[in-house]
Amino acid sequence: MQNQLNWQPSCSIELLQQRARMLQRIRVFFASRNVLEVETPLLSQASGTDPNLEFFSTIYETPPNRQPLFLQTSPEFAMKRLLAAGSGSIFQICKAFRNGEAGRFHNPEFTMLEWYRVDFDLAQLMDEVESLFETLFDGQLGAPQRVSYQAIFEQFTGLDALNFSWDTYSAFAKKENLHDAIAICGDSHVLWLDFLFSFCVQPNLGHGGLCLVYGYHACQSSLARLNSENPLITERVEVFLNGVELGNGYHELTDAAEQNRRFETEIQLRKTASLPMPTKDERLLAALGSGLPNCAGIAFGLDRILTLLAKKSSISQVLSFDIERA
Amino acid sequence: MAVFSTNEFRAGLKVMLDNDPCAIIENEFVKPGKGQAFNRVKIRNLKTGRVIERTFKSGESLEGADVIDMDMQYLYNDGDYRHFMQPESFEQYQADSKVVGDAALWLKDQDMCTVTLWNDAPLAVTPANFVELEIVETDPGVRGDTSGGGGKPAKLATGAVVRVPLFVAQGEVIKVDTRTGEYISRVKE
Repeated sequence: MQNQLNWQPSCSIELLQQRARMLQRIRVFFASRNVLEVETPLLSQASGTDPNLEFFSTIYETPPNRQPLFLQTSPEFAMKRLLAAGSGSIFQICKAFRNGEAGRFHNPEFTMLEWYRVDFDLAQLMDEVESLFETLFDGQLGAPQRVSYQAIFEQFTGLDALNFSWDTYSAFAKKENLHDAIAICGDSHVLWLDFLFSFCVQPNLGHGGLCLVYGYHACQSSLARLNSENPLITERVEVFLNGVELGNGYHELTDAAEQNRRFETEIQLRKTASLPMPTKDERLLAALGSGLPNCAGIAFGLDRILTLLAKKSSISQVLSFDIERA
Repeated sequence: MAVFSTNEFRAGLKVMLDNDPCAIIENEFVKPGKGQAFNRVKIRNLKTGRVIERTFKSGESLEGADVIDMDMQYLYNDGDYRHFMQPESFEQYQADSKVVGDAALWLKDQDMCTVTLWNDAPLAVTPANFVELEIVETDPGVRGDTSGGGGKPAKLATGAVVRVPLFVAQGEVIKVDTRTGEYISRVKE
């Protein structure tokens, strides 16, 4: 029976080579811009609080103590502590872990590229993202598009993303035969945005060239700062290509007290939803308290980028071993 | 009955949806990086055969449906019901024409077929992929024509009509693919 087991990789050997080339190019790209490559722990004593990101946890046995540790859903907190300690601009290529996420474009363990630029605002970060993709795709992509969340949402749904109205939202859902939306979303603005954006907007984004969507509603961003002119929106950007979400970035929140409030709100949400209880990252809060430099940062799913680079249809076709074979 | 959460929805899983037994065909996980996860699921209603698309919040669950496929022998038609027998237990089941549907076109006495049971009652009948049936009516064969080109309609003992090559004659037994309704070959007795 043993040799009946499928021991073969999920991807071809050629894909392994293409992945290695992609990683090399990313490293050259950031080296040429004097962005320092760093490593931070995958196992941490604290976890994220986002109710939509489920962490893996384990127990560190140091008799007589048993300490819970968490696999990181992203290296964000540790990297911000480096920034607060004076690292300057940094990037990292590492594994990130999200429990329960598996599908065509999801694997619970995946490779992330995350970087932070000191003194960058969101527009400068978007410039750099465009340059990176220009390099990775050898200039084969069409001109990038930058559009606000509100504009793109209105274009594909006719709805106002910033001002929720149950009547107009549910009328749209009925017209589009999305009856499940009404049952699932109820009167939660953020659920409606997630639902309609996922099914009616996102599939249309980034065909031919990169699509950068900025100006997300404040209810959708826990780590971005608020826009100085419109407190309804945050300094957040999402990057799409061929209808696939590739990355998410912020002009980072540096206010420790505000960050703590958002953590507490999310912990309450987790409690209400009976989700596993997180351990708040006090060290991140202390670092923010001592001063995070003004910076912008973004994280990309590298397996998804490779999927599109290699013109494959699912993430498992570019992973050495997807979760089914891990 | 067991309860299945969206992450257990695999092709072939039988669940109850809107009080009808259904089979999962496809399950796509859709999740914005910083938002609610959804599962867009393609489901076949096993009563009506219709395929529908539904969206669930990830983590929601559906009750399993007590649906099993069983190999059975087709016994006879009493006019109102067709009767089937499970060959090991000799247990018999009856199904009306609504349940049997188009499978009736291919069911010959004593042949094996698949009966889908829901709560121990027949829900659907699927004939074997290949069946051998006698031609009861067709135009006279054209002597010497073995090319297989052209063809003519032939009525089978079960009432089904299939296209057969010109050389095939009334009274002969032929093999038919029930999935496409296509003639495969003559069967030498």
